[in-house]
Amino acid sequence: MLPKETQVLIIGGGATGTGLARDLAIRGVQCILVEQKDINAGASGANHGLLHSGGRYVASDPGSAKECRLEAKLLKGLAPHCIEDTGGLFVAVEGDDEQYVADFPHLCSQSDIPVKELSVQEAREMEPVLSEKLIAAFMLEDASIDPFKLSMENILQAQHLGSTLHCFTKVVRFDKRSHRIQATRLLNTLTGAEFTIEAEQVVNATGAWAGVIADLAGVTIPILFSKGSLLITHNRISDRVINRLRPSSSADILVPGGTVSILGTTSVRIDSLDRIHPTIEEVDAIVEEAAAMIPVLEESRYIRAYAGVRPLVGSKSSGDDRSVSRGFALLDHAEDGVENFTTITGGKLTTYRYMAEKTADMVGSKLGVSKPCLTRTEPLPTTQAGQWTEAGLAPKLWLAHRDPEDILLCECEMVPKSVVDEIIASIHEQKGRSDLNAIGLRSRIGKGACQGTFCGPRVTSYLYDQNQVCPDQCLHHLREFLAGRWKGQHPVLWDRQLIQSELLEAMHCGFFGLELENQP
Amino acid sequence: MPESESITYDLAIIGTGMAGMAAGLFAANRGLSIAQIGGTKEIIFASGLFDLMGVHPAETGHLWQDPWAAIDALVRDLPSHPYARMKKEDIQAAFDEILSSFQEADFNYCRHRNRNANLLTPMGTTKTTYCVPKSMWNGVEALEEKSSCLLIDIRGLKGFSGGLIKDAGKDRWPDLSHHRIVFPGTEHLTEVYAEHLANALILSQNREKLAQVVRPLVKNVRAVGMPAILGLYRPDEVIADLERMIGTAIFEIPTMPPSVSGLRLKEAFERQLRSKGVRYFSRKKVLETNSGIDDDFELGIGGTAVERSVKSKGVILASGRFLGGGLHADRSHIRETVFDLYVRQPEKRTKWHHENFLHPGGHPINCAGLETDDEFRPLGENSRPVFDRLFAVGSILAHQDWKRQKCGAGLAIATAYAAVNAFVRR
Ligand SMILES: Cc1cc2nc3c(=O)[nH]c(=O)nc-3n(C[C@H](O)[C@H](O)[C@H](O)COP(=O)(O)OP(=O)(O)OC[C@H]3O[C@@H](n4cnc5c(N)ncnc54)[C@H](O)[C@@H]3O)c2cc1C
Repeated sequence: MLPKETQVLIIGGGATGTGLARDLAIRGVQCILVEQKDINAGASGANHGLLHSGGRYVASDPGSAKECRLEAKLLKGLAPHCIEDTGGLFVAVEGDDEQYVADFPHLCSQSDIPVKELSVQEAREMEPVLSEKLIAAFMLEDASIDPFKLSMENILQAQHLGSTLHCFTKVVRFDKRSHRIQATRLLNTLTGAEFTIEAEQVVNATGAWAGVIADLAGVTIPILFSKGSLLITHNRISDRVINRLRPSSSADILVPGGTVSILGTTSVRIDSLDRIHPTIEEVDAIVEEAAAMIPVLEESRYIRAYAGVRPLVGSKSSGDDRSVSRGFALLDHAEDGVENFTTITGGKLTTYRYMAEKTADMVGSKLGVSKPCLTRTEPLPTTQAGQWTEAGLAPKLWLAHRDPEDILLCECEMVPKSVVDEIIASIHEQKGRSDLNAIGLRSRIGKGACQGTFCGPRVTSYLYDQNQVCPDQCLHHLREFLAGRWKGQHPVLWDRQLIQSELLEAMHCGFFGLELENQP
Repeated sequence: MPESESITYDLAIIGTGMAGMAAGLFAANRGLSIAQIGGTKEIIFASGLFDLMGVHPAETGHLWQDPWAAIDALVRDLPSHPYARMKKEDIQAAFDEILSSFQEADFNYCRHRNRNANLLTPMGTTKTTYCVPKSMWNGVEALEEKSSCLLIDIRGLKGFSGGLIKDAGKDRWPDLSHHRIVFPGTEHLTEVYAEHLANALILSQNREKLAQVVRPLVKNVRAVGMPAILGLYRPDEVIADLERMIGTAIFEIPTMPPSVSGLRLKEAFERQLRSKGVRYFSRKKVLETNSGIDDDFELGIGGTAVERSVKSKGVILASGRFLGGGLHADRSHIRETVFDLYVRQPEKRTKWHHENFLHPGGHPINCAGLETDDEFRPLGENSRPVFDRLFAVGSILAHQDWKRQKCGAGLAIATAYAAVNAFVRR
């Protein structure tokens, strides 16, 4: 196969990579984005979904705090369809550091972060789930953001402007010649096919994997990994984002999104990226800790847990990882002897646009393209395809339209056939594979209480009938889908979710015998 | 004040799943007076197939075609398994008695006495089981012979794709073909429900219309398979009728639970229990227990608050596991919900499940449950029976993993039989 040619090869399909693809595409620079799995397979698909007001960083990292404030304000104006502007509370309970509480409003003002002090009573009226032991409360401008929608809209616009996306495509090698990456060797992990891309510039936007990719180019980036675990509740617990008002610690934040809330996180140093998963100990610690701020969290039903990894660039191995700057690292590897190679890693979802802008500026100047960044003023388009991950959206629309023709394939989250059809069409447009797992990623299927027990087989049958899967792959995909769902349920299996898991196993093992490979 | 009956029943049976219902039948057949109490959570998810014993050791996924030999091997390797407390003749007798009770209720089962039966599931896998509703038996025989069959599925019936079943099973059973029909009278609908279709087929004119749609599709096949919608409660009649009109053997393929075949099972049980005079408190829970004079029991039952009390000489606890409500787990412990009996369990939650859902060994939590003596009387931590006339049966028992070993119904029926006989002996 002939090598593909492009101006810029972007490695990594998270918020940063997709944001960069859009930024460059708007400047008229044509890109290919390669992603080893699917969109948002890394931290962008495993974070808290908090659009930071900046309040969390006022004491530890005022630079980040200001960046967050500016970007959050921009995004609320430019990408409102990805954001639920909930507002946020910062609250302290008995026993929390009172000096920190006393300093907080002043620190906010220093970073130009709007803050309003509330009485404890006002706060508890706004959010009745708050503990009776509240001692202080402030209102800030935090919001929740749907990272999946965000990345989808970014990449879709880039594609419409002529850039290309390759999912399930992994960088395996760089061919270097005279201080440049001449060619990048890629592997399609689904088919096993290898191919080559020749790009003028290569950008490493692989988040926690940035060190691995840099290594392939003979460049060393010292990165430490900090894992954070999060829990998803069955119901939405609060209207607003609720932050614990104290120096950053575990289980400080509850972020609502659609019909659910997300609780977290932890910060656990890990050595390898092979197995990123939340543990039972972390889950228990999160629940116990957060219950001090919001007592109902002790009894709430959790439907799953997940974990993501923060790359900590250039930090030493001592001290608390949270005290390391959450700022980003933009590295021009010309300094390391590889002229056309750039790395962007770290940072936050909140600042993804700014990170993309800075990276595009650097890459643009290397390419000799001087077009200015437009993502600061140009709204992010709204398309249909990116919207179906929003918790509670499908039921809202389905109930509003009440189309008797449109049967529900997923009953917990009320995802109808028409949504699945639409997702299939958009996957085809992106030249991807429309199997059960890809549809799960792009919708709420499998994300409700049943965690795939019923919708898994139903969507499998449906996809078969729509000719979307090769017949001998059906069961394989179902097993894979259930394995993925199980990873998230496994740490929260007690009380009601344990009951659900018993039904899951009764059906898929007891009845279908999915665990048995050889069948009579 | 809670209402109280003056009579003291011989037995109170807690639970209306497979094990509770079977215990009710056995007890009624022995002339005992019975109060049966329970919700209907678990049995509505039943497939209607009765597994006796299929897989052992679970780790290797070894599937046995001879269930009795499988039980021998199981009991040898896992001497604490509930089957190890019973004689094979008694298990056999338990099945004989249940199946003949069902026959009285016009709900017929087929089996190869000494061999398991295999049949297709809606995911195209083959399920190995022991007793199969008669309405599905032609499918078992056709699969054995690998004879040519036509699978018919129905437009709008979710989770049942004849094409998927055909293709997923094509290595095992090559001679399958598939056709999708519109169920007569549902031309205007995009979604149809198994229960409604089954209900429609009670009327003979609807059967006739269905036969007219199917008949032209049937060419050179030994049998026709359809989703389990062929009549709500008397599938055998519906099938005989359709077979006559279509001119070929017909069989049902189970559908995803909750299914019509599960409903038929529940209905057959209830019909039998009622006709045998069992006092049936459906959708009630036991909320309070008292064991008073002479070791009689007094149970406070109701929906959410105690509504009445029931007295009995003995109790059979057939309350199931987590789904049935017999066990409950918080973040660190598993409890038995009615008597707070000792539950054998892994020492902490990190040991309950594997990280891999389909882990071949099965999840350790599945073997948690009640310890009993040879008469199925629950034991306390001191290894002594907690009450003289309290028995525990079915899936609440420890040392078994019915989902992986494929022994759920068998265990329910066999242990119910053993417990009722033990009570009668006492
Ligand atoms: C637990 C947690 C909670 C967080 N909460 C928040 C929050 O509430 N608000 C906020 O603003 N930020 C939050 N963040 C930070 C935010 O999630 C990240 O900063 C952001 O998602 C990083 O995006 P990215 O695109 O740089 O990296 P990623 O999303 O990790 O993308 C990297 C991509 O590169 C791909 N890749 C890796 N190797 C290869 C290869 N060889 N070939 C091809 N592709 C490859 C990966 O599959 C991955 O998709 C959180 C982070 C964590 C871990």
